[in-house]
Amino acid sequence: MTETIVSAPDGVDADYYRVGAAIADTKAPAGPIDKKWTQRKFDAALVNPANRRKLSVIIVGTGLAGASAAATLGEAGYRVQSFCFQDSPRRAHSIAAQGGINAAKNYKEDGDSTYRLFYDTVKGGDYRARETNVYRLAEVSANIIDQCVAQGVPFAREYGGLLDNRSFGGVQVSRTFYARGQTGQQLLIGAYQALERQIAEGTVEMFTRHEMLELIVEDGRARGIIARDLVTGEIETHLADAVVLASGGYGNVFFLSTNAMGSNITANWRAHRKGAYFGNPCYTQIHPTCIPVSGDHQSKLTLMSESLRNDGRIWVPKRREDCEKDPREIAESDRDYYLERIYPAFGNLVPRDIASRQAKNMCDEGRGVGPMVGDFRRGVYLDFTDAIKRLGRPAVEAKYGNLFDMYARITGENPYEVPMRIYPAVHYTMGGLWVDYDLQSNIPGLFVTGEANFSDHGANRLGASALMQGLADGYFVLPNTIRDYLAKGPFPALDENSPAVAQARAAVEERTARLLAINGERSVDSFHRELGNIMWEYCGMERSETGLMKAIDLIRSLRAEFWRNVRVLGTGDSLNQSLEKAGRVADFLELGELMCIDALHRRESCGGHFRAESQTEDGEALRHDDQYLYVAAWEFAGGPGDGQMGAPVLHKEDLVYEAIELKQRSYK
Amino acid sequence: MRLTLKIWRQDGPTSRGELKTYPVDDISPDMSFLEMLDVLNERLNDQGEEPIAFDSDCREGICGMCGLMISGEAHGPEKTTTCQLHMRSFRDGETITIEPWRADAFPILRDLVVDRGAFDRIIAAGGFISVNTGAAPDAHATPVPKENADRAFVAAECIGCGACVAACPNASGMLFMGAKVTHLGELPQGQPERATRVRAMVATHDAEGFGGCTNIGECSNACPKGIPMDVISQLNSDLRKAASGSF
Repeated sequence: MTETIVSAPDGVDADYYRVGAAIADTKAPAGPIDKKWTQRKFDAALVNPANRRKLSVIIVGTGLAGASAAATLGEAGYRVQSFCFQDSPRRAHSIAAQGGINAAKNYKEDGDSTYRLFYDTVKGGDYRARETNVYRLAEVSANIIDQCVAQGVPFAREYGGLLDNRSFGGVQVSRTFYARGQTGQQLLIGAYQALERQIAEGTVEMFTRHEMLELIVEDGRARGIIARDLVTGEIETHLADAVVLASGGYGNVFFLSTNAMGSNITANWRAHRKGAYFGNPCYTQIHPTCIPVSGDHQSKLTLMSESLRNDGRIWVPKRREDCEKDPREIAESDRDYYLERIYPAFGNLVPRDIASRQAKNMCDEGRGVGPMVGDFRRGVYLDFTDAIKRLGRPAVEAKYGNLFDMYARITGENPYEVPMRIYPAVHYTMGGLWVDYDLQSNIPGLFVTGEANFSDHGANRLGASALMQGLADGYFVLPNTIRDYLAKGPFPALDENSPAVAQARAAVEERTARLLAINGERSVDSFHRELGNIMWEYCGMERSETGLMKAIDLIRSLRAEFWRNVRVLGTGDSLNQSLEKAGRVADFLELGELMCIDALHRRESCGGHFRAESQTEDGEALRHDDQYLYVAAWEFAGGPGDGQMGAPVLHKEDLVYEAIELKQRSYK
Repeated sequence: MRLTLKIWRQDGPTSRGELKTYPVDDISPDMSFLEMLDVLNERLNDQGEEPIAFDSDCREGICGMCGLMISGEAHGPEKTTTCQLHMRSFRDGETITIEPWRADAFPILRDLVVDRGAFDRIIAAGGFISVNTGAAPDAHATPVPKENADRAFVAAECIGCGACVAACPNASGMLFMGAKVTHLGELPQGQPERATRVRAMVATHDAEGFGGCTNIGECSNACPKGIPMDVISQLNSDLRKAASGSF
């Protein structure tokens, strides 16, 4: 690990964090960008097939990044232990991805190439992603499609029997492969089936309904995990030569998001507490076209494809007193088509972050529509009346029918007759554990893949690239880089009584017992909801110094109250869903503070985030490459006790762009 | 809305269970069915009674984790998953019975939570195409007629929720299994293992304690993804061909 030389930052920041040594080397090989990956694969040590069964790997999470890695390492002959908290590996939340998966196949002969996919991804990330990793992602993208087709993934095809592509996320080429609106499902089922095949072969041992609650680090290496069997409650020790975290993102820190109910940060956060750096935690992606909240009971938000903005017109009433009216009775002259008004060039097709931010602004002004939720109506109209007049209902139905049906099922309203209501929601988190070119964290033997790491999407993610990254990491990148590490093993055998194991296990047992013993007055969900409101208000689309400082204070007192006043009924030795949630929310209450500190220190508007103090004269986002062209990798510096955060230490990894030219984006 | 809920409570896999009655009021018709249970659980927690355990994850109808028997119907009165069912599908004052999936192959773990590991074991037996990572030819090497690709897709939409088993009087898993056999059997890539696949999957299905199909059709009727009954015909046809060596 880096030798820590710590200093205090300037100004108010000195109260929140310290600055440590910069990260000098990300371990990418030297040479031209298009030769690096070939070079790395060649340099990585080999493991003789006969020796692979002596080497073991733990993989936490069975989404695209985890299931693909477990299957591939199993096929190679390593001993794999795979963990998921759901009842089956097929449930992981990759399954819910709708749109598609990018690959630089250039099947349409429309000028696509590895370089262009690389360029679009870096640009989409607003120049805050690491170029070497992104180039490799583009490079292996074509292999993913080959692999998935061979597995039987039923991608959309043309009448000639070849694969169909579409253009996605505002790019100029058609490189997105898709399976109707269920691409994530089909890709995950492909990876799941490959995984089940290895389970049957005996190379992978599967632990469903198991949750990782602690990382075991011995002699500076990640050597295993402590997991809880969610059915029996038993606290189990699992040891291996390396650990891979493929545990997804942390959008649920906002309580309401498009994530699954169980999506959580616990595996990553436990590793962070054990020394793994957390990269760019404040980078989250917010989608403008979700179905709005209908009341305080709301448990999650549902995304609708952004393609709706191609034909729908977004508006709110000009006057607050019209907000309760039936929208069909509001005269044309009383409607404010605010995106068309403010951004006449792009209109309703402005980038996601702008569409999202302006929707929130309209609602904060009191001009939102739909039911009151707390003090506001949180929704804006997305109106297809003009599109239906222009194209006819059958054409609109053909294009958007499944989305309209979904909307009708959830809201009970008919969008062909009444304008839809939409509102932005958190969808994806670009931040995650810091990894080097090998996808290894700063803890040797701890690898992080997919949404759980920070590496490929910078400050915003290009559409149809999350599925690509998950499968690139799991099928093609990790299996090649982890062998270089495993070749040094097997590492000395650990037993359950060694101090590192006993300490990790005791920590889990104590924490579980403590959560059950508090027996306070408030439910876990009530804390989670309150945390989510704080994060959304102050660390969402628009941030400011005063807002973030306030948020940090609020989170600290909420966290203190949690450990004093949460009520978790039942016992630790049975299936106890309140206990599961309590552990996850306890970690979100720590992560939320780190996100706010990261957001506080980054005084620029970048990617999906608008920083109030950093805007142009006409109110647009202003990036500061001179000051913030780096990855913020945070080291945990708190105490071992629950809720003890301390002042984290910032390690900067400078972003070097050799293959690509930095540009400011413009959309007016 | 005001409702009377009769909910199956069972402490553990070997405990005796019973239906317990919970009157609930102040339920919004815009709540999803599971949000209604969330609200009940918040109230139970406040009263010091342990919340009701039930499975759910994505809550957008695709992960297949949720699934309740609602007044005798798998996933309730609409053709959708339990998470996508909303309270506006019920009447004010209605009594609703909520039970777990009932099948020998899906043992109850607690309250409304069952173990559907048998489905994973059926897939592990043969529900895949054997292709190691890196061994794949170019994706365009083998064209697939659109008609076959589309039919494969329809079958591949199965979310593995288990409603078909819960709805079937025989607790048969043949719709689930037929969906996978059809998905892979429609594609050229799935041909080499077509005979071994169907034999291995059926053997595992039977060993797990699922019943046989007697063409009642409740499975397809309950399926939130509308997997058609003809996948079972396909399954039977493939099994016959596999047995007679005529593939």
